[in-house]
Amino acid sequence: MSMNRRQFIKLAGISTVLGIGGLTAVDKIRAQSVLETPPAAPDASTVFQAPTALKAKRWGMVIDMTRFNNPDLYRKCITACHSIHNVPDWGEKKDEVKWIWTDDYEHSFPDSENPYMPEAMKEKSFLLLCNHCDNPPCVRVCPTQATFRRPDGIVMQDMHRCIGCRFCMAACPYGSRSFNWKNPRLALKKVNPDYPTRTIGVVEKCTFCTERLVKGLQPACVEASEGAIVFGDLEDPNSDVRKILGNRYSIRRKAELGTKPSVFYLIGGAENA
Amino acid sequence: MYNGGKIIAGLIIFVAFFTFPFYYNIGKADTKPEPKLDTPVIQSLPASERHCVESKEFMRTSHMQLLNDWRDTAVRGMDRTFNGMNGQRYYISLQNTCMKCHSNKKEFCDKCHTYMGVKPYCWDCHFTPKEQFIPKEKES
Repeated sequence: MSMNRRQFIKLAGISTVLGIGGLTAVDKIRAQSVLETPPAAPDASTVFQAPTALKAKRWGMVIDMTRFNNPDLYRKCITACHSIHNVPDWGEKKDEVKWIWTDDYEHSFPDSENPYMPEAMKEKSFLLLCNHCDNPPCVRVCPTQATFRRPDGIVMQDMHRCIGCRFCMAACPYGSRSFNWKNPRLALKKVNPDYPTRTIGVVEKCTFCTERLVKGLQPACVEASEGAIVFGDLEDPNSDVRKILGNRYSIRRKAELGTKPSVFYLIGGAENA
Repeated sequence: MYNGGKIIAGLIIFVAFFTFPFYYNIGKADTKPEPKLDTPVIQSLPASERHCVESKEFMRTSHMQLLNDWRDTAVRGMDRTFNGMNGQRYYISLQNTCMKCHSNKKEFCDKCHTYMGVKPYCWDCHFTPKEQFIPKEKES
């Protein structure tokens, strides 16, 4: 069969029009028969905060180091937190994942070195956790906004969005963040079925127990601390934390960096302060 | 045609091979997945309360959007209470609300997900009622 240019263009044009028209027709039929529009959600459905939830303008914590005289108390606070939140225990520093831990004065407060401070305080283990800074450097560096500051001051970590770049770990001056080098489920001997684990390749840290605050409960470490840790609203002048901070001398970790930490440490007795 | 017999025989074999998946799966692919709702918790509910947080039709088509909304409001927002169908209130939690009733992940979630070939990563972190004590041994 021979065909000149004119015939070819005609044929091509007709078949293109037929092709497009045919597809559109098929799509229309499909749309009507198969793809029904999904039913819309009822209007009444909304999301709100439970009336029993604890609320604050800026959550803060006061840790009274003078009351930490028993190694068991540290362990109780750490175990309470780590068992509730399914924090894996790898048993070696290299893979360590921690939400709350201890270190000595020299390493916790490297800027406030004082050779003549009371021996008892100098050699004491300090209970450390995420400081939930008012000006959190981890939030500033996060490229996916997986970590962010909530309106109530809690620095939260969204595991669904974390890509494991570990910028936040480099930015945090307190070492509060841990990376999951391995699947954390392998290192859990016992799990709390009410709380998820994390997955390999995300960064995790203390959340000030947001899941407990919405149920009206104090954070797990506060509950386990026998009164040595007080938790409350730093913006409310009548809160317990503000009353303590108004009466006693307190220090914060590396406050000179301008991160405005929300965790305060009491290192002297009321009579000496 | 040279070697006609061989060519035709070859063609028949080729066509048979090529179309085998279609014949093999006739009738199978069309079987509708039927997620099961017969968990003890659902069975123990009185008939008037035997409903999900939203209507069946809505959950069937849009549960993924609802779960995404729940995830964002629980983790990124401050609110963890959901005003559901009939004004009933629910604590926003996949593990503690959804899976308390739908404790049969294999017969409920997986049924459709396998059929559709979708692999949601919920279970990398969130526990399911039965397998919560069995750690995954896949990754080293």
